Amino acid sequence: MKRLTPYLLILPGGLWLAIFLVVPMVFMASVSTQEGNVVDGFTQTFNFANYADTLVLFQTQFLRSVGYGLAGTIIAIALAYPIAYWIAFKGGSRKSTYLLLVLLPFFVSFVLRTVSWKFLLADEGIVLAPLKASGLLPEDFHVLQTSVAVVGGLVYNYLPFMILPIYVALERVDPRSVEAAQDLYATRSAAFRKVVLPLSLPGVFAGVLMTFVPMTADYVNAGILGGPQNTMIGNIIQTKYLVNNDYPSAAALSFTLMAAMLVGIFAYAKALGTENVLEAAAR
Amino acid sequence: MDIRTNPAFIRGMTTSRRDALKLAGMSAAALALAACGVEGKKAEAPKKDAVADFWAGKKQNGTLRFANWPLYIDKEGKEYPSLKMFEQDKGIKVSYTEAIQDNGSWFGKIQPQLAAGTDIGFDLMVMTNGNQLQRAISLGYLAPLDHSKLPNFAANAAEKVKNPAWDPNNTFTIPWTLGVTGIAYNPEFVDEVTSMNDLWNPKYKGKVGMMIDAQEIANFGMFALGIDPEKSKEADWRRAAAKLQEQRDAGLVRKYYENDYIDALVRGDIWITMAWSGDVFQQITEGKNLKFVVPKEGATIWSDNMCIPKTARNPVDALALMDYVYQPKIATMLVEYINYITPVPATKELVLADAAKAEGEDKEFLEQLANSPLIYPSDADLAKMRGYLMLDSKTDQLFESIFQPITQG
Repeated sequence: MKRLTPYLLILPGGLWLAIFLVVPMVFMASVSTQEGNVVDGFTQTFNFANYADTLVLFQTQFLRSVGYGLAGTIIAIALAYPIAYWIAFKGGSRKSTYLLLVLLPFFVSFVLRTVSWKFLLADEGIVLAPLKASGLLPEDFHVLQTSVAVVGGLVYNYLPFMILPIYVALERVDPRSVEAAQDLYATRSAAFRKVVLPLSLPGVFAGVLMTFVPMTADYVNAGILGGPQNTMIGNIIQTKYLVNNDYPSAAALSFTLMAAMLVGIFAYAKALGTENVLEAAAR
Repeated sequence: MDIRTNPAFIRGMTTSRRDALKLAGMSAAALALAACGVEGKKAEAPKKDAVADFWAGKKQNGTLRFANWPLYIDKEGKEYPSLKMFEQDKGIKVSYTEAIQDNGSWFGKIQPQLAAGTDIGFDLMVMTNGNQLQRAISLGYLAPLDHSKLPNFAANAAEKVKNPAWDPNNTFTIPWTLGVTGIAYNPEFVDEVTSMNDLWNPKYKGKVGMMIDAQEIANFGMFALGIDPEKSKEADWRRAAAKLQEQRDAGLVRKYYENDYIDALVRGDIWITMAWSGDVFQQITEGKNLKFVVPKEGATIWSDNMCIPKTARNPVDALALMDYVYQPKIATMLVEYINYITPVPATKELVLADAAKAEGEDKEFLEQLANSPLIYPSDADLAKMRGYLMLDSKTDQLFESIFQPITQG
């Protein structure tokens, strides 16, 4: 009985994963190599050309999505690190209040928050109209329907997913280790570079996992804030599924995206040293 | 949280226990790969007695579940006056839901259930006469209508909505409301618009709105080239696509909109745009300085249609409502709220009669409504209008592959 216990423990979760993750994935993998249309039906022809075709056809959107994901992630790190640092080391007794403030926007729906940016940033809206009127900006200046708007929306929506893990990592850094470094004649910046930063890197890694992947697959921001030049791969997949009912192409695109991101993440994990990083990421 | 972002999941993938699980999954996958697929069932040609077959033994159940689009029925506070009258007159309780946001996602939602032959939770729904409705018809998802139970439709519907090309003899659908896709503009920035080519005018660079829907945009490309979309062929589509691509490449198009173009127009993000008549009429009556035109080359007329899914639990009740709204009195209540083209022309007199009784702003609004070419288009305008091209399952994919790269490049 004792030997069975660990297996019994994974049974509920394992079943859950099997039914709701493995089965649909297998189904989608099957669909991704089928041919046909929704009216005549789809037949399994092991048509792996779906992958090559869609990859060629939508390479621009793929590259753009990865580009936006990378840009968004880097900006998010740049914004999140100082905030997390400040909360962890200078937050004092109000730390939990500050963390709540970071999370507060999440009580409002994702789509609603994104749509409000459209009203704020309208060409003749409350932000741009006065600036244009005072001659600080040219008449035809606009933010909406540009890459800036889309990447900005991505950063805005996923920033807390970067702040929280970095905060958790920094929180665990013992301030006395910084003092120790300074006792050993490290300058403030050297102490940060040699002690705090390496200790907080696992948090950054976790943050990257939690932001890069959803940012790259996101379609809401590009749909709402973007224009003709900003379509991301998520938008294509959504259209393929819902508008064209072209399930094989959509499934092939999804799998290609997933594979590309897994490769990217494993390469990243390898570069940073898998052991420590994955362990920390799971905390 | 997205499973792919879950660190525990990633971590799990490196352990040997997970490897065992993965292997087990793989062999199951190999089996399943060969076995599973998406079944498609093309409907057989409708049999002569299909109507009798479907309705045989169906009874009125006193309850009806109605799926419609947002802001698409008269509303007072939390009540729907026309539905209330229906409930009192017919003794059928209606549960009304604004479940439909656009045809694509709606069809995506109901398709698996209809394919499996199970109830979708609604007995009556409203779909536009585009690709998705065409698919629903070809797949045999809709109940054939028993026209002997639709006397008001026969008596009061406009001739132009009877027997449409995409649903001969109204076999499966009758319209809820119709509308026109034309051009809307802000006269503050744009001179008078008469032609499709104004959407290609370099003066409005970056200030033009187009729609993302393949059929809508294709029609405009074809009108601009003087092609009749209803009779168009593949070569015409390619020419139209080239024309639209030219517009995109010149940087004229600010965005390909789903249905949010009207806000963008009001906010000044765009100056001139493809638009639906009712949206613009509503803005005009709210005092916005906008104009709507049917360009001289033509425009698209569409209809949003009531239809009964084949798996409906209360089809007789649904049919009763479909006929009920074709009474001029009820149709008037609807048009006064919805502000799109009504399929019941007799409503015009009734709206004018209501206007005579009303006062102040209400009076002004109702007069505007009855006299608006956006609600009661002139014969000259109607003559210029064309419908969507009917596409079968094969050409459908080709059509979309030609126009989609323009809007989603």
